[in-house]
Amino acid sequence: MIRAQELVKKFGDFTAVDNIAFDVAKGEIFAFLGPNGAGKTTTIKMLTTLLRPTSGSVSLDGLDPVTHQTAARKQFGIVFQDPSVDDELTAYENMDFHGILYSVPRKLRQERIEALLKLFELWDRRKDQVKQFSGGMRRRLEIARSLLHTPKIIFLDEPTLGLDPQTRNQLWNHIKKLNEEEHVTVFLTTHYMEEAERVAHRIAIIDHGKIIAQGTPGELKAQTNTETLEQAFLALTGSTIREEEASGLDKMRTFGKAFRRVK
Amino acid sequence: MNVVYILWLRQLKRSARSRSRIIGSFAQPLLFLLAFGFGFGSMFQRAGQGDYIQFLAPGVITMSILFTSIFAGIEVIWDRQFGFLKETLVAPVPRILIMVGRTLGGATVAVLQGMVVFGICLAVGFRTPSLPLLPLAFTFMILTAVLFTAVGTALASVLPDFQGFQLVMNFLVMPIFFLSGALFPLNNIPQAMRIIANLDPLSYSVDGLRFALIGVTHFGVPLDLAVLCAVTAAALIVGGYLFSRIQV
Repeated sequence: MIRAQELVKKFGDFTAVDNIAFDVAKGEIFAFLGPNGAGKTTTIKMLTTLLRPTSGSVSLDGLDPVTHQTAARKQFGIVFQDPSVDDELTAYENMDFHGILYSVPRKLRQERIEALLKLFELWDRRKDQVKQFSGGMRRRLEIARSLLHTPKIIFLDEPTLGLDPQTRNQLWNHIKKLNEEEHVTVFLTTHYMEEAERVAHRIAIIDHGKIIAQGTPGELKAQTNTETLEQAFLALTGSTIREEEASGLDKMRTFGKAFRRVK
Repeated sequence: MNVVYILWLRQLKRSARSRSRIIGSFAQPLLFLLAFGFGFGSMFQRAGQGDYIQFLAPGVITMSILFTSIFAGIEVIWDRQFGFLKETLVAPVPRILIMVGRTLGGATVAVLQGMVVFGICLAVGFRTPSLPLLPLAFTFMILTAVLFTAVGTALASVLPDFQGFQLVMNFLVMPIFFLSGALFPLNNIPQAMRIIANLDPLSYSVDGLRFALIGVTHFGVPLDLAVLCAVTAAALIVGGYLFSRIQV
């Protein structure tokens, strides 16, 4: 369903993704784990047409996202690592906007928006602008939105970041259910090893742009002689703390602070 | 088509909900009309050029369209920083449609803004003798709005963040406005300035609008229209190309 071969992405001299390969089968939940700055998000961006690979190839259900952009984009839904909802629009408008972009017919769109907003307990707040939402509510809205057009593949880039245990639990239950009942293929990244261990069928561990281990959670633990996935992860990637470059949003926050100070 | 519509609608909703921007959009043109219109009015009259408010109003209307549409285009940076841009960039629609929808939305807001300023001009004493030419005035307003929204979008597509925005304002938008003939007649200006004014697309907007509203023209309406149509088409093509090349 998702395949990467000899995939490389360079930014100037820096090689963010260094010749990686993996294969995710249809209906599989695949976890892509690694320390900060390991190349997880860059890989997801290449898979989802946001970045062009420097070399190598990727395919989504047999479609190359570089040459068949529009067709490839129809196959997946994505929850980005950074927020991507429009603060000025209401929850319902954000959903409706997405439905129109993905040409979901009007009647179906209304039904699915209602069902999804109810599922993620946002229906009562549908007429509120998203800027009034808490972090957890925004996250739930983004997840609901990514499911609106019933994609075959879902990319989840640290979807549970900043969520409380209740919401996290509910999210993973829902993802598992979707996967079991509708055979949606899931590609996820997370820093919570127990989550990966709980939901993922298979795991790849990436560090410094290279995949250093791949297998089921059981295989990874056996390979490293450890009890938990977290221990296996640390055994494979070491315990040095990584620095990551500031994201766009971080820069924006700094800019906002500087701006307020000037005033 | 739906895609273009929803992006158009989004731009309108965002503008309508931003109260500070609405207030600002009244304040600035009014300030120009008062400070320049009444401040320089008597000098202009004594120089034998007639009523300065009459001359200035089309310039101020064009200015408000210029600023509003550049800002509307630059909003792409905002969306990039706050992440919403990604949502539109991974959608299964050609990016050119996204760009067209955004541009038309921004241009609509700018034209509405221009009409509000037109109202303000009437309120401070501007009178247009040629009502039948209002559709022509409207045409110039639309062309100007589409042109500069596309220019803003093109710039935002290559600027990584707001740091570059100040440069754009000081070295592009301000000169485009001040050297366009919005504030002064283009006859009898030094040769070097005349060349710049002739290269400035906004000169043709101001000139066309001035003809439609008060019957005075420097270049002539056919040339105004031809130049604006050509530059607008070019800006749409370049803006569409750069927008579709965005990587985040």
